[in-house]
Amino acid sequence: MNDELKYLSRRAATGLLTRREFVGRAGALGLTAAAATTMMSSAVMAAGPQKGGTLRMGLQGGSTTDSLDPALATNQVALMLIRLWGEPLVELADDGGIDGKVAESFEASADAKTWTFTVRQGLTFSDGQEVTAADVAETLDRHAGEDTKSGALGLLRDIKDVRTDGRNVIIELNNANADLPYLMADYHLIVQPGGGKSAPDAAIGTGPYVLKEVDMGVRFVAEKNPNYWGDIGHAQTIELIVINDNTARVAALQSGQVDMIDRVPPRTAGLVARAPGITVASTSGPGHYVFIAHADTAPFDNQDLMLALKHGINRQEMVDKILFGYGSVGNDSPINSSYPMFTETEQREYDPEKAAHHFKKSGHSGSVLLRTSDNSFPGAPDAAALFQQSLAGAGIELEIKREPNDGYWSEVWNNKPFCTSYWGGRPTQDQMYTTAYLSTADWNDTRFKNEQFDQLLIAARAELDLAKRTQMYADMGAIQRDEGGLICPMFNDFIDAHNDKVAGWVENAKGFALMNSYAPVRMWVTG
Amino acid sequence: MPLIVKLLVQRIALGLLLLFLVSILIFAGTIILPGDVAQSILGQSATPEALANLRRDLGLNEPPVARYFNWLGGVLQGDLGTSLASGQDIATAIGKRLGNTMFLAFWAAIISVPLAILLGLIAVRYRERWPDKVISAVTLASISVPEFLIAYVAIFVVSVRLRWAPSVTTINDSMSLGEKLHTISLPVAVLTLVVLAHMMRMTRAAILNVMQSAYVETAELKGLRMFNIIWKHAFPNAVAPIVNVVMLNMAYLVVGVVVIEVVFTYPGMGQYLVDHVSKRDIPVVQACGLIFAAVYIGLNMIADIVSIVANPRLRHPK
Repeated sequence: MNDELKYLSRRAATGLLTRREFVGRAGALGLTAAAATTMMSSAVMAAGPQKGGTLRMGLQGGSTTDSLDPALATNQVALMLIRLWGEPLVELADDGGIDGKVAESFEASADAKTWTFTVRQGLTFSDGQEVTAADVAETLDRHAGEDTKSGALGLLRDIKDVRTDGRNVIIELNNANADLPYLMADYHLIVQPGGGKSAPDAAIGTGPYVLKEVDMGVRFVAEKNPNYWGDIGHAQTIELIVINDNTARVAALQSGQVDMIDRVPPRTAGLVARAPGITVASTSGPGHYVFIAHADTAPFDNQDLMLALKHGINRQEMVDKILFGYGSVGNDSPINSSYPMFTETEQREYDPEKAAHHFKKSGHSGSVLLRTSDNSFPGAPDAAALFQQSLAGAGIELEIKREPNDGYWSEVWNNKPFCTSYWGGRPTQDQMYTTAYLSTADWNDTRFKNEQFDQLLIAARAELDLAKRTQMYADMGAIQRDEGGLICPMFNDFIDAHNDKVAGWVENAKGFALMNSYAPVRMWVTG
Repeated sequence: MPLIVKLLVQRIALGLLLLFLVSILIFAGTIILPGDVAQSILGQSATPEALANLRRDLGLNEPPVARYFNWLGGVLQGDLGTSLASGQDIATAIGKRLGNTMFLAFWAAIISVPLAILLGLIAVRYRERWPDKVISAVTLASISVPEFLIAYVAIFVVSVRLRWAPSVTTINDSMSLGEKLHTISLPVAVLTLVVLAHMMRMTRAAILNVMQSAYVETAELKGLRMFNIIWKHAFPNAVAPIVNVVMLNMAYLVVGVVVIEVVFTYPGMGQYLVDHVSKRDIPVVQACGLIFAAVYIGLNMIADIVSIVANPRLRHPK
């Protein structure tokens, strides 16, 4: 690289030169546009975050019926708003570890039953009040209370007692849990003044921004919180527009009305990426698309029938045709390499002969009924049709029943014995298994009840020795892969996109889409 | 004159009765929908405890008939209740959205109605010649293509390629009128294309019908200019069917633009209704349905009344 290019990219990075001018001049020096763009983005990263400006994003999932109460957040827009105005005690780090947020540090007792979180010194809410340990305790109490509607309730059942001591919050558990900090990173558990008991939807927290305009399901504007303690929150203003229509969202990015969007449809992601000045970022995560059978209900309580179905699915074909390559194959376990203590197991392949063998052995006659709907995951009816074809190759007849989107989650999922669904995944094995595969779990949507599995899960939770714990999870994975009701053909990537007016994207951050929804507060406006 | 007053009172009374019947229909419809509100609000991540708590708070354990009459009583006093899903006052929320919808419909109507009538007049003036054929071909083509396709093509050409007008038309209070008009220019253009053909064709047909009359021939023989004959002599007699079609299309602009609102991300009634339908928010769905029905019935009533006033023969039913 010659000096003139270096000089140009520095100027471009600091905003003295627009991207267009830079690419033009670099072209005059014999550089292709693509190379120039790459070079500029690395120069921008090297120059570090720029302050100020307005960052605009168009997101899917918001609705007029949403609430600002973090306990009730269920969609991407609600989560994104929480990231702007509030913070949990701790947060998932890019590498899968845990960073402090409201808590500056935390430690466990030797038996992992007592945890102490220390509230950050001098931290204030956006209304100027100081954050106390009592606020944290009240917050936990609100989400774990008897009459709560919080989505985090399931995570907090094991808490025996929460008390405060100066700036310390001491949490006593009934059973040991080495993963408690991961539970505390749940996005519902935002620390609010007085626990948010009197005004749950006031949106007062310790986040890097303060909400200024709120029009539910339409548009939100947030301004920088001048007293924010940390070094994120670079743009002065963040504007969030709810754009639920896929084509409209992509068009908004292409026409420059927003700088960042989520959920680029996999079908068109390749085309979107070709547009000048637009980067499509695919992030592998724990989310997966599944076919779930009730393992305790006929005919799916028949191990051989389940194995026939598991061998009769073509996983790679699903990744290619349903995810358009934006994903990876699954192995009938909800755990993939995005989890910290993951052990590779032998990949189950499409094998019509084995499928036919197990089907014959099962003694099942007639077709198998699968229910699906458009909203169970994008492309679910198509995936069901592919499954039908691959099973036909093994001589197994799959009958597909298309259900309406309306009421799918209440009438079909976790209700009918065999249907399509999706899981967003969780940051740790313990959470994923506890949420959906423990015998007593509320959302045990495969009705998987295995005593040995449950014992291993409880034991692993209390195990602080990493090697032993990893082995336990490997054993559990094997049990579930062979005996569970879960048929998991694919893990879907998050596909987000942003334009070149913003910089600072971090590849493969852990957690949810858009850098665990931290993209707008960690990225910055370049000019 | 008392005869007209009587007719008007009759019409309005019939309209109100219709509205009442419609409210019963809407209510029955919302009850039949599968799923329940609490489950829809909490989504996939609902625990049984959370569900039970929410259901109790929302009063879903009361019988449907009792809920209906409570609500109807409220409506008669101007209280539309509170949204089950968000806890907000429905009247306030709808007021803002209805305002937005009316704003879009108003500007689409301001452009499309005169344009359609003018094009219809021109088509009659040059009937069976090229202006007539061009106007018919273009408007019929635009009504034949699904509106979302026109919208996507418009977004691609005007927003993404030319960058003349925004594709996301989220208007807000801090915008000036000029900014708002620029923002909604694309949806207004698309809506105009969608409603134009219907009104234009009806204008053309209705006037052509009148043009066969003896008095038009007389006017021609007197040597009046063709456009004057059409505008001053034929049009007033053709007004009743034209007003009918215009009102139908205006009603469509208010109640039927859900697709356009979604494609252009416009914060109107349609989007609001869709959000609440998917959450089983019965009071809101009912309120929206009632308002839509009222708009439809009201506009049709106006069309009837204009027809009666414009055509004295209708005042003396046999």
